Amino acid sequence: MNRNGNTYTVMYAAIMVILVAAILASVAMALKPKQVRNVEIEKKQSILASVNIESTAADAEKIYADKIVNEYVVNVSGDQVEGNAFNTDLKKEYAKAADQMRLPVFECKTDEGVKYVLPLRGTGLWGPIWGFIALNEDMNTIYGANFDHQGETPGLGAEISTSVFEKQFVGKKLFDDKDQLVSIIVAKVGQEAPADHKVDGISGGTITSKGLEKMLLDDFTRYEEFLKKKKS
Amino acid sequence: MSEPLFSKKNLKLLSDPLNNSNPITVQVLGICSALAVTAQLKPAVVMAISVTAVLAFANVIISLIRNTIPNRIRIIVQLVVVAALVILVDQVLKAYVYDVSKQLSVFVGLIITNCILMGRLEAFALGNRPWQSFLDGIGNGAGYAAILIIVAFFRELLGSGTVFGFRVIPESLYITNGGSYANNGMMILPPMALITVGVIIWVQRSKNRKLIEN
Repeated sequence: MNRNGNTYTVMYAAIMVILVAAILASVAMALKPKQVRNVEIEKKQSILASVNIESTAADAEKIYADKIVNEYVVNVSGDQVEGNAFNTDLKKEYAKAADQMRLPVFECKTDEGVKYVLPLRGTGLWGPIWGFIALNEDMNTIYGANFDHQGETPGLGAEISTSVFEKQFVGKKLFDDKDQLVSIIVAKVGQEAPADHKVDGISGGTITSKGLEKMLLDDFTRYEEFLKKKKS
Repeated sequence: MSEPLFSKKNLKLLSDPLNNSNPITVQVLGICSALAVTAQLKPAVVMAISVTAVLAFANVIISLIRNTIPNRIRIIVQLVVVAALVILVDQVLKAYVYDVSKQLSVFVGLIITNCILMGRLEAFALGNRPWQSFLDGIGNGAGYAAILIIVAFFRELLGSGTVFGFRVIPESLYITNGGSYANNGMMILPPMALITVGVIIWVQRSKNRKLIEN
């Protein structure tokens, strides 16, 4: 058989591709449940991290079941509605019309009272950034924050997921004295902002910092009614 | 042609890449990943194992089908084999060592473009029998692994004060705890990996006469 002929080459390529595709597809399907579980565990670890509870992949589920006492979804008017908080995909929710949006809330029991954990999702420089922010019972003071990202630049934008950056958020306020939502300003050097609402941005990571600021403002705006109702 | 499995010639296939023809320090291949994943030992070791596994199996597969591959699409065939193996490795890492797979992130996928792989497939596996190709793959993988682990050892020790995540330099020596020691932050940045590789090349060349150029 002529191994340099066109027919042979095309047949060879076709058979090879089908074989490889079949092998890869079956492996991917076989490993899928394990991978999905890993992602879930990671999410639980992030939620726990926002209330300053450290957990490992091994014990995250147990601690989560113990500490997260309540989880539910609310709509933009702040009323509790039907839905599964943990499996809510924020990306899909944000694409919906405002009155259709389902926003998850997690209530966490800690030694210092109940904390309310809100998920966040926004855009950094290269791709999505997301996180969880925990609020005190006054629905105003930040108790803890945890951020993560898909592909921000290491050493620059990626610094948002370091504890040094996240620690800055503790004790900051969302609302000003007149109950207006100010959110948090991720400030550049020299930028003026009220101390209660300001954290330092990352040098060299301005677009990520501003993306994070926008993410916070957008998401708190969506939760604003819920926060106000819960507070009163 | 009956030749003992571990004849002198075959053993040379294993040992040569460790020193005389090391893929990183002599052939200067696969540098990119060597810089990227060596800030800590754990990802470096996983990366080394992954590359070795992919390289050995790709070598064997290509060697097995070397007489059937149409010459005009041989590079594509090599790429498909490597890509398939890399995806397998990536899926397995995601399922069983999720945290490490997150640290390695894109670099597992980039094994496909690791020059060591294409180099060995094209230069060795296409012209040699499966067993020899397997040894060649393991040898080159080990050569790559050795450099990665040496670099990662120094970077983790000097940059974070730990080895494999275990604290080696006691906390009490640090400035924050009243001591006088501080980690060298430079070590965890990629440029220091390049310099570390450079130092390894220097040491190797000063010891190995064969590598000294006129």
